[in-house]
Amino acid sequence: MASHGIRDRVAIVGMGCTPFREHWDSSLDDLLIDAHGLALSSAGLVADDIDAYWYGTSQSSASGISLATPLRLADRPVTRVENYCATGSDSLRQACYAVASGAYDVAVAIGAEKVKDGGYQGLNAFPIPTDGTNRTLTAAAMFSLILPAYAERYGVDGDELRYVVAKIAEKNHFNGARNELAQFQRETSAEAICEMAAVAGGLSVFDCAGVADGAAAAVVVAADRATDYTDAPLYVKALSLVAGNGSGLVDPGFDFTTLPECAAAATDAYAQAGITDPRTELAMAEVHDCFTPTELVLMEDLGFCDRGTAWREVLDGTFALDGDLPVNPDGGLKSFGHPVGASGLRMHYEAWLQLRGEAPVERRISTLADRSRALIHNLGGYPGEMVSFVGIVGTELG
Amino acid sequence: MSGSRGILAYGVHLPYNRLARSAIDEVMGAGGGRGHRSVASYDEDTTTMGVEAARRTLAGGAPGPEAVWFSTVAPAYLDKTNATVVHAALRLDASVPALDFGGAARSAVGALRTALDGPARTLVVASDIRVGLPTGPEDGGGGDAAVAVLAGCSEDGPLLAEYLGGASATAEFTDRWRTPGSDHSRNWEDRFGEQAYLPLVQRAWADALAATGLRTDDVAVAAVTGLHARATRKAASGLGVATAGDRSETVGNAGAAHPALLLADVLDTADPGDVVALVVLADGCEVLFFRATDALAAGRPKRSVEDQVGDRADVAYARYLAWRGLLQVQSPNRPGPNRTSAPAALRRTGWKHGFVGSTDRTTGITHLPPSRVGISGGTVDDMDPTPMADAIGSIATFTVDRLAHSPSPPVVFAVVDFDGGGRMPIELTDVDPAAVAIGDRVEMTFRRLSTSDGLHNYFWKGRPLRG
Repeated sequence: MASHGIRDRVAIVGMGCTPFREHWDSSLDDLLIDAHGLALSSAGLVADDIDAYWYGTSQSSASGISLATPLRLADRPVTRVENYCATGSDSLRQACYAVASGAYDVAVAIGAEKVKDGGYQGLNAFPIPTDGTNRTLTAAAMFSLILPAYAERYGVDGDELRYVVAKIAEKNHFNGARNELAQFQRETSAEAICEMAAVAGGLSVFDCAGVADGAAAAVVVAADRATDYTDAPLYVKALSLVAGNGSGLVDPGFDFTTLPECAAAATDAYAQAGITDPRTELAMAEVHDCFTPTELVLMEDLGFCDRGTAWREVLDGTFALDGDLPVNPDGGLKSFGHPVGASGLRMHYEAWLQLRGEAPVERRISTLADRSRALIHNLGGYPGEMVSFVGIVGTELG
Repeated sequence: MSGSRGILAYGVHLPYNRLARSAIDEVMGAGGGRGHRSVASYDEDTTTMGVEAARRTLAGGAPGPEAVWFSTVAPAYLDKTNATVVHAALRLDASVPALDFGGAARSAVGALRTALDGPARTLVVASDIRVGLPTGPEDGGGGDAAVAVLAGCSEDGPLLAEYLGGASATAEFTDRWRTPGSDHSRNWEDRFGEQAYLPLVQRAWADALAATGLRTDDVAVAAVTGLHARATRKAASGLGVATAGDRSETVGNAGAAHPALLLADVLDTADPGDVVALVVLADGCEVLFFRATDALAAGRPKRSVEDQVGDRADVAYARYLAWRGLLQVQSPNRPGPNRTSAPAALRRTGWKHGFVGSTDRTTGITHLPPSRVGISGGTVDDMDPTPMADAIGSIATFTVDRLAHSPSPPVVFAVVDFDGGGRMPIELTDVDPAAVAIGDRVEMTFRRLSTSDGLHNYFWKGRPLRG
C-alpha cells in the first residue's frame, strides 16, 4: 500500500474551540458559529476568505446544508464528514488534502456535537434497522474488555491494574483542572475512583469520557503561504487513518490487549513524518482516552513504551504533565469532555496552544526545548472494530 | 415389528432459575409452601424453551423430523406461528411443516397422541410458562418447562419406548378458565372438578386397557398429571398401580409441558420391558401406554430431568415478579432497542435463528456472523456454511455492563472462542456476574433478547457449560 503523506505541504494557521459543557443554553448552530468565529479571527480572516468547508458531526445533523445555513455561507462547498468518534480529525484530514491538491487556497475543518438535547446520559448510536443480532453493549463495557485480557496476558494483578487505570483518570483530571475550556475542572484521586461503584466491568463513571456539547475548528492553507496568516503556523507532518475490518471480533488471535488499527495508523504516521523514536522525538501527545483502559494500551500501540510495560510507566508518571512524554495535557476526553464530532479538532487545538507556547502556564509542557512536534490520536468504534486517526503536527519545517 | 410406533427420542429443558416457595411468604406474608418451582428466565419464552428441548431431543443423532408440532398455553405470538421459530432454530428444510397446537393445556397431550398415531415422524414440542397472581396457587405451584418427543416408527430407528395405544374421554365442564389476554386462570370450587374428573379417568383407563389388551398388573408405573391437583391426586391413588413422582417439590406443575415432563422423567429410569402409563386430566382424560425397549438405555438424552433439577440458581421473588411483568421496575435511562427489521431477519435467518456461520475454504477460518469476504486472504464468496449452535467455547475476556438497556440488568458479556475455530463476542445468560472468569467453558442457548413494538427479537446467547 502506498501512503505518501503530505508532510510540510499544508499548515494550520488558525484554530478555535468552544468550552465543552452541558450547553443547555446553546444550540448546535450557536456552537458552530462560535467555533468558526474563533478560528477565523485567530487567523485574521472573515467568512468570505474561506473557499471550502469540511464539517464533521457524528449524529447531530446531516449534510453540508446544516453548516452553510447557520453560517449563511455564500455558494461554498461544504462536505459533511462522519467517521464515528474520529469524525473531527477526519474532517481536518479532508481539508488538508483539498488544500494540498491545489483545489482551494483556504479551507476550514469544523466539528461539532450536540449530545445533551437527547434526554439520555452517555452517547447513543443512531438506530439503523438490523436483523437484531448486533451487540447492544455500551462503549464503556466494550472498552472494559481490555482489563481482564491485559491482566491475564501480562500477569498483572486485577486490583493493581484497576488502580493503574484510575491513575490515568487522576492525571487527566489534574490537567483538566488547569483548563478553563474543560468540562470537568476538578482534581480527583485514583483512590477515590477505585472506591466508586462499577458501571461496566471494573470501570466506574470516572473511568469514562465526559459527555459534553462543543465545537472546534481549524483553518488550513498551503504551507508556503502560512506565514501570510500567522507568525507561528503548525505544519502538518502526517495524517493517517485506518478503518479496521472487524477481524478482531472474528479472529481468536486477537487478544484485546492492543488496538491494532491504532498501531497501524501510528506506523504510517511516523513514516510520513520521519519519526523513529516517538517517545523522545514528540513533545506531547493528545490521545483518545474515551475510557481509561484505552489510554493504557494506546501508550504501547503508539510506541511510547514496550508491550506489557504501560501499566508501570503510568505508575511512574511518564505521561504526566511533567513526565518524559506528556499525554493529554488538556485533560483529554476524560475531563475536557467528548462532543464526538469536535473532539479530534479539540485535540489539535491543544497542540496548537502548547507547541506555540500559548497554553496557560499552569499546564504548560516542559519538553519544548528540543522537541517541536505533537501527536494527535483519535479513534472511533470499539476494540476489535475501530477507525483510528494518527496525525502529527510541528512548528518547524523539515 | 413392522409398523410399530413410539418414541424415537426425547429431550427436556428445565430453566436454570428456581423460586423457593418460602420466598413468597417472606415477601407477601402469605402464599408459598415447601420446595421450589422452576422459573423461565427473563430472556426465555415458551418458544425459546421449546427450541432448547427440541435441540436436546435431536442431539443424540435421531433422524430429522418430518413435521414439528408446537403446543403451549402461553404462546409468544398469536396469529403468527411460533413453531416456525423452532423450525428455523433446528435448521429444518422448508418442506417440513411447523404447526402450533395452542390454547388449552390439553392440546399438548392431544398433539402427542396424534403424533404417536402416525403416520409421520413428528417432533412434538410442549412448552409452558405458568403464571398466577402473587400468593395464588399457580404463583408457587406452577412451573416452567419444555419437553420434546420425536414420535415415529421402528423403521425410522430404534424406538426408546413403543406406543401400545390408549384411550380418551372428553367432557365439557368448567373447572378452570382464562379469557384471552388475561394473565391468570380462575377455578371453580375444587370439589366440583373432582366429581367431574374421576368418572372420566375411570372410563379412559378401562378403555385403554381394553384397547391394548393390558391388565392393570402389567403396568409398572403410571405418570398422572393435570392442573386440577385434587382430582389428579385422587385419580392416581385410584388406579391401583404405582405412580411416578410428580415433581411438584422441585419443578411445580408445568401445565401443557407437564405430561411429557413426567413421561420423560419415568423414561429416564425405566427398565427395558416396563409398561408405563401416562394419564392426563385435562377437560376429560387421556391415557397412553408405552413399553420401554432395550434401546432406551443408549438413547436417553444427555441431561436427565434429575440432572436439570439439580442444576439451578435461586431467583428473588420480586425479581421473578418483574420477569413475569407483575412488578414494574425502573430500567437504565438509555434508549431501548429498536424493533428488528423483518427483511433483514429473513435474509439472515440462518445466522439469527440457526447460528450458522461460514468457513473460508482457503484459510479454514470460521466467520461469525457469516461473511462473504474472508478476513484473511481476500477470498470472496468461497465459504461453506458452518452450524455453530452445538459448539462449545472458552471465554477470552468478559465484562458486566450495568449501563446497557436490558430486560433484567446487568448484561454479562464475553468474547467466546469456540473449540475448533470461530469467535463470537456474545451476551451470557444463566450466569452469576461475579463468577465469570477467563477460560470458563460456554455452550450456546436460544433466547429472546428483547421485545419492541410487540416484536420478539430471538438470537443466541452463551451460558456456562454445566454437567
